[in-house]
Amino acid sequence: MSSSVTATATQSRERLYLQIYMGITLAVLLLMLLAGVALRAAQGTLINLPPDLFYQAMSLHGTGMVGIAGLAGVSIMWYFLRRYVALTPGIFLANLLLFTLGVVMILGAILLGGFAGGWTFLYPLPASSMGQWNTHAAAAFIGGLLIIGVGFLLFYLDAGRALLARYGSLGRALGLDQLFSGKVDADHPPTVVASTMVLIINILGTLAGAVILVMSLINLYLPAVTIDPLWAKNLIYFFGHVFINATIYMAVIAVYELLPHYTGRPWKLTRPFLAAWAASTLMVMIVYPHHLLMDMVMPAWMLIMGQIISYLSGLPVLLVTAWGTLVQIYRANVNWEAPARFLVLGVFGWSIGVIPAIVDGTMTINKVMHNTLWVPGHFHFYLLLGLLPMVLGFMLHVTRLPDSRIHPLLERGGFWLFSGSAAAFVVMFLYSGLHSIPRRFAEYLPAWVAQAQLSTLFGTLVLLSLAAFFILLLRRLAQVRMQA
Amino acid sequence: MQSTAWYTSLVLILLLSAIFIFVLRRSRDSGDAAEVARRAYAPRSKLFALALAAGVIITVVTLLPWPHQLQAGAGIDRVVEATARQWSWSLSEDRAQVGERIEFKVSSEDVNHGFALYDPDMQLVTQIQAMPGYINRLQHTFEKPGEYRILCLEYCGLAHHAMTASFTVSPN
Repeated sequence: MSSSVTATATQSRERLYLQIYMGITLAVLLLMLLAGVALRAAQGTLINLPPDLFYQAMSLHGTGMVGIAGLAGVSIMWYFLRRYVALTPGIFLANLLLFTLGVVMILGAILLGGFAGGWTFLYPLPASSMGQWNTHAAAAFIGGLLIIGVGFLLFYLDAGRALLARYGSLGRALGLDQLFSGKVDADHPPTVVASTMVLIINILGTLAGAVILVMSLINLYLPAVTIDPLWAKNLIYFFGHVFINATIYMAVIAVYELLPHYTGRPWKLTRPFLAAWAASTLMVMIVYPHHLLMDMVMPAWMLIMGQIISYLSGLPVLLVTAWGTLVQIYRANVNWEAPARFLVLGVFGWSIGVIPAIVDGTMTINKVMHNTLWVPGHFHFYLLLGLLPMVLGFMLHVTRLPDSRIHPLLERGGFWLFSGSAAAFVVMFLYSGLHSIPRRFAEYLPAWVAQAQLSTLFGTLVLLSLAAFFILLLRRLAQVRMQA
Repeated sequence: MQSTAWYTSLVLILLLSAIFIFVLRRSRDSGDAAEVARRAYAPRSKLFALALAAGVIITVVTLLPWPHQLQAGAGIDRVVEATARQWSWSLSEDRAQVGERIEFKVSSEDVNHGFALYDPDMQLVTQIQAMPGYINRLQHTFEKPGEYRILCLEYCGLAHHAMTASFTVSPN
C-alpha cells in the first residue's frame, strides 16, 4: 500500500514536470514565432523596427528557438526513455529550473541590456558592440547560455548513468554489439539507441560550448586575454551544430514510439537502423566544418570532410527514418488522427530539409549561397516543418483521452493550413537565396522587399494555424489531461 | 550557380514529395505488414550504393579544381587589400578591368565580417570570410563591366546591413 502510494505520488510529480515543460515550450514557441514573423515584416517594411530592435529581436528569435527546441527534445526523450531506464525526476526538474534561470538572464541581456550579438555570439562580437550594449549585458547573455548548458549537461549525464546501469556500456545501448555481431535483438528499443546517440554527441557539444562561453566571459572582463578567432569559430559551430541537430534526434524518438500506435505496425530494430545511428553519431560531430567553408584558412582536409560528410549524413535520414516511416504507413489503414498527421509531416520536413542542406554544403555552391536566405531556408525545413510538427504530434498524443477527437475542421483544415503555409514560408527563403538576398539584414534594398512581404503573409498564416493547436493544447494542459 | 542550386533542389524536393504523396494516398488501404516491408526494403541497399556512387562523382566534380584555388603570383593582374571594420570597408583599390584576375586579400580589424561581391544585377558572384588576425585570399576574374557592390555577409552588429562598398569594373 505504502509503495503504491509513493509510486502514484512520483507519477503525479513527473506528470506535473512534463506539463510544465510542455507549457513553457508552447509559450516560448508562440513568442518566438511572433518575433520571427515580425522580423520578416520589418524586412518587408510592413512594420517599423529600427536596426537596434531588429537585431535584438533576431538574437531573441534565434536563441529562443534553439533553446526551446532543446527543451522540447529533452521532454520527448525523457518521456520515452524512462520506460526503459530509471531516470532521476529531480534532474529533469533541475534542467527546467536552470533553463528558466538562463532564459531570464538572456531576456534581461536582450530586452534590458540591448544585447544583439546573435545566438551564435561569434567571438569577438559580444565584446565589440560599438556602444550598442555593455559588457554586463553580454555577460548576462553568455552566462545565461552557460547555465542552460549546465542543465542540459546534467540531464544527459543522468541519462548516461541510467543507460550504463541498465546496459553496461554506451556501446551496447547504442547497439554496436548487435551491429557488428549481426545478431539483432528486434526488441531493443529504438528510443534507447537514439537517446544514447544524443547524449554522446550533446555531452561533447555542450562541453565545447562551455569552453568557448567561459573563454568569452573571461575576455569580456579581461580583454587582454584573447582567443584565436578561428579556434573560437570552430568551437562555436561544433557546439551549435551538434546541439541543434540533437534536438531533432530527440524529437524523432516520438515518431519511433508513437507512429506504430496509429499504424498498428511496430518499429522494429534492424541492422541498417543500428548502422545509421552509429554512423550518425560520428558524422554529426565531424560535419560541422561545412559551416566554415568560406574560411579558406581552415585546413583543406577539414573543408573537404565537411562537404563529404554533409552529403553522407543525409543518407541515414532519407534511407532509414524517412523510408521506415513510409513503410509504416503504406497500406497500413492508418488512423490519421492529428498526432499521426504531425509526426509524418515532421519526418517529411526533416527529409526535405536534407536536400537544400546538402546543396549548400557543396563548396562551389556555398560560394554564392553562404549567409544568404538559402541557409534559413534549409534549417526552417528542419525546424518549422520537421521538429515542430514532431513536438506537436507528441504533445497532442500525450494529452489526448481515448474519447477525445479534435474537431475535424481543426484536425484537417488547421493541419493543412499549417503544412501549406509553412512550406510556402520556407520555400520563400530558398527563393530569396536564389536571388542572393542576405540573411540577418535589418534593412532591405527595394528589390528585395516584395519577397519579405509575401513571406510575412505565409508566416502569419503559420501563426494563425498554430495558434489554434496551441490553444487546444494549453486547454488540455490546464485540464491535466495527460497519459501517465 | 544559384540557378543550379535552385533547380536541383526543386526537382529533388518535388520528387521526394511525390513519393510521400504516393504512399499517403495508399495509407488508408490495408496490406500485410511483412509483405510491405519485404518489398519496400529490398531495393534499399541498391539505392544506398547508388547514392554513394553519386556522392563520389559529385565530390570529384565539385572539388576539382579546388574552389579556393589560388594561382601563382604571375597569374594575378591586380592585388586588392580589403580590410573590414565595424561598419565599413577599406579597399586599397576600387576598380579593375574585365578579364583581369584580381586577388582580394581580405581581413578584419575588429570582429568577423563576410566579404561578398555582388554584380551590377545584385547577384552574389563570390565571397570569403573576413576574420581578425587572418588574411583570407579570394581570386576572381570579372566577366562583365559595371558597378559591383561589396556587402558584409557575416553579422557584425548594429549597422551590419549598411556596411557596403563599390567596386567599378570597366570594359577591357
